[in-house]
Amino acid sequence: MAGDSVDVSGTDVGTGSGRAALSHLRICDFTGQLAGAGATKFLAAFGAEVIRIEDPTNEGRWDILRGGRPYVDERRGIELGGSFNNHNVEKLGVTLNLRKQSARDALTKLIAVSDVVTENFSAGVMGRLGFGYERLKEIRPDIIYVSNCGFGHSGPYENYKTWGPIVQAISGLTFSSALPDQPSAGWGYSYMDHTGAYYMAIAILMAIHHRQRTGEGQHVDMASTEAAAALNGPALLDYTVNGRPLRREGMPSSNRNQFPAMAPHGIYPAEGEDAWVAIACRDDGDWAAIGTAIGEPWTGEARFATLDGRLDGQNEIDDFVAGWTRQRTPHATAELLQAAGVPSSAVQTPQQRVDEDPNTSGWGLWPTVKHPEMGDVRVDGMPVHLSETDWSIKRGAPVLGQHNEQVLGGLLGMSSEEIEQMRVEGAI
Amino acid sequence: MTGQGAPVGPLDGIRVIEWTDEKGTYAGKLLADAGADVVKIESPSGDPTRLYEPFVGDESNSERSLWFWHYNTNKSGITLDLEQERGRELFRELVASADAVVESQPPGRMAELGIDYADLSPSNRPLIWVAITPFGREAPRAHEHSTDLTLLAGGGPAWSCGYDDHSLPPVRGGGNQGYQTGCHYAVMSLLVALVHRDISGTGQFIDVNMHAASNVTTEAGSYEWLVANETVQRQTGRHAAVNPTQASQVQCADGVWVNTGLPRRQNQFQVVYDWLELEGLLEKCESAPILLAAAQGPPFQTSQIALDDEVRAKFMAGRDAMTVLADNLNGYDYFTGGQERGFQLGIIYAPEDVMEDPHFIERGFVVELDHPELDASYRYPGAPYRFEKTPWRLDQPAPALGADNEAVYGALGHGDELDALRERGVI
Repeated sequence: MAGDSVDVSGTDVGTGSGRAALSHLRICDFTGQLAGAGATKFLAAFGAEVIRIEDPTNEGRWDILRGGRPYVDERRGIELGGSFNNHNVEKLGVTLNLRKQSARDALTKLIAVSDVVTENFSAGVMGRLGFGYERLKEIRPDIIYVSNCGFGHSGPYENYKTWGPIVQAISGLTFSSALPDQPSAGWGYSYMDHTGAYYMAIAILMAIHHRQRTGEGQHVDMASTEAAAALNGPALLDYTVNGRPLRREGMPSSNRNQFPAMAPHGIYPAEGEDAWVAIACRDDGDWAAIGTAIGEPWTGEARFATLDGRLDGQNEIDDFVAGWTRQRTPHATAELLQAAGVPSSAVQTPQQRVDEDPNTSGWGLWPTVKHPEMGDVRVDGMPVHLSETDWSIKRGAPVLGQHNEQVLGGLLGMSSEEIEQMRVEGAI
Repeated sequence: MTGQGAPVGPLDGIRVIEWTDEKGTYAGKLLADAGADVVKIESPSGDPTRLYEPFVGDESNSERSLWFWHYNTNKSGITLDLEQERGRELFRELVASADAVVESQPPGRMAELGIDYADLSPSNRPLIWVAITPFGREAPRAHEHSTDLTLLAGGGPAWSCGYDDHSLPPVRGGGNQGYQTGCHYAVMSLLVALVHRDISGTGQFIDVNMHAASNVTTEAGSYEWLVANETVQRQTGRHAAVNPTQASQVQCADGVWVNTGLPRRQNQFQVVYDWLELEGLLEKCESAPILLAAAQGPPFQTSQIALDDEVRAKFMAGRDAMTVLADNLNGYDYFTGGQERGFQLGIIYAPEDVMEDPHFIERGFVVELDHPELDASYRYPGAPYRFEKTPWRLDQPAPALGADNEAVYGALGHGDELDALRERGVI
């Protein structure tokens, strides 16, 4: 990172411990929504200085989550979106209207002192803004440029538009999430916005490591449809090697396990409204333990003693198991089976896993951030702890232009007159 | 092996010792495919996942598991019995030669064996150690039993995934995503530590909690509760939501489903009208006149749908038109025809369809890999990211059991002892 870190002391709560792993890195960040913003959130949580660029003329709405639900109270507005806050904690925010020369000049200066430029626009947008990869390299020859786009920056579908559910549909992930004789259930959320962001973070960090060793920057073209397709796992090889497609009679059957086969294996009804419990019988040992725990005659039937027998009779076994699980709460079943050494878990509701599960709250998984407009808000934290340079999430997402003075003045050395002039002409 | 001067992956020269089970092995693949020298340790009898289905030609054999093939590309493979003291001595030597350890052993096991991070790091400060466990190393639920299914059930994804009909159970999405989500965070965190080590020279211990990883991979499932104490409800093929939304999947003439888009901007109504006309479907679409009126009438905003009956009628006409198109076109034609016209829609491919799709093929996603042991080559899924200078590569299939014993132990100076080690079952 060239130049000193942006000084945000006195304007915000602190950014955490002084031992941040990535505090030597500055990211000039055009990402939005979750697929991009999730990547730079991870880096910011480990101390990277992430400077988010937003367009003042549309109040930053190139990120459609700005202002969207959930809300802390009855107030609504561009600064009050709960999901935007969740994905942009610990970042700095500047506004730049790139139709204005002064804003383009400021961005050029910012890129010159940044290690990485990130974006998840449609293919071609950065070029149209005047900051395609060739231009970025002119500004800073060792720049790392990481783009995350549904179909990537080449190929027949380069200009096709995507969002999470489209990425999941194209890649096979939606299809492979279904019960037999039902249409695809999909994922029920943008799994690939989260996971695309994870791959983007991996790409950024690998490119940084390479540059730290060699001095060489590069472009990483990430297509979230490709990241998603690779996640299908061994089913792809079953097709390419054995010619066996997943689109076949009785499949997919997602709550069962094919690789390796297990039975019983599923999500069963429990006592309570929309209450369910998952049970996985990995082997004959688990089956014997289930039998002891449940103690009903069907568990002792000889024909179910082997995996082959249980697979043959799995519809019948599922009915038996469901008859038993219906009589108790999900957590009671899970506790009983866990005590017997068998994998089982309630299908936890958001409230149960957020507020009542010591394994998330005790981990510090839901940190509270301070947001200038929303106040104290809980957000998703990180599911890892590092012994020397752990993450820290304390500061909420930036409001529009919150760090204009610090970045344009403090970092880029512009005078207050110049900044005021930019404001007057609508450049920030 | 890469040739002299050939471009290498971003993690070239980084050595990783991997001792994982089914939960953690994907982390090793991500590192190996990026050029790291990943040495996978198996017990002398072979990793249990070698006996996971599916098998090449359905022939059950420890060298023919496609599960094992998929998750172990580009890795070296050695055998080692960590129950024997000699095995643990060799493990210590291996770790001394490495930049990082990735393991997914049950909490407490490494310490019991005396080969945990705390035992090995004092003499190796740059060492990075990643422990992947279902609930974290020291968590209240650390010793619970789990599989991919139970992790996704307890961690949130299953709650959001399923059908409008809540008499059907929630669904666990396919492909081991509970494990893979944990592995993504394992790799991301390892890389943070590596980037830090490049600067500081010191390594560290990383505790990865797979249950927590799923918990922060649920989008609104978590933050509707965190922010507003609202609970999302699952819906068929679309986002679980606090307030119900309209169905989004349509079935096309050939039975293939498509996640559909709808006309929203005024100019899109003309586009849909023209598309119907081109396909000769105007007469099948009762709403066609409304479409045309919407396209050519006064400006309107579909955001007014709830307030304005006329806007609602236009919006419904757009939906009707897209349904007529889907009913009469094959899935692929509906997908590409819609996208070419600016509609954000996606064909619901089965995993295998990806491997035959022209876009994925043209970008090189489908990679042919030689399997000399079977005198064959097979198509594999390819790069999740394209590095300009340090390409992702698929060089070698998963190792045969103990394939790299001689090379790896030989490099540690134990070439002479291999027979003795084999005889004693150490390797």
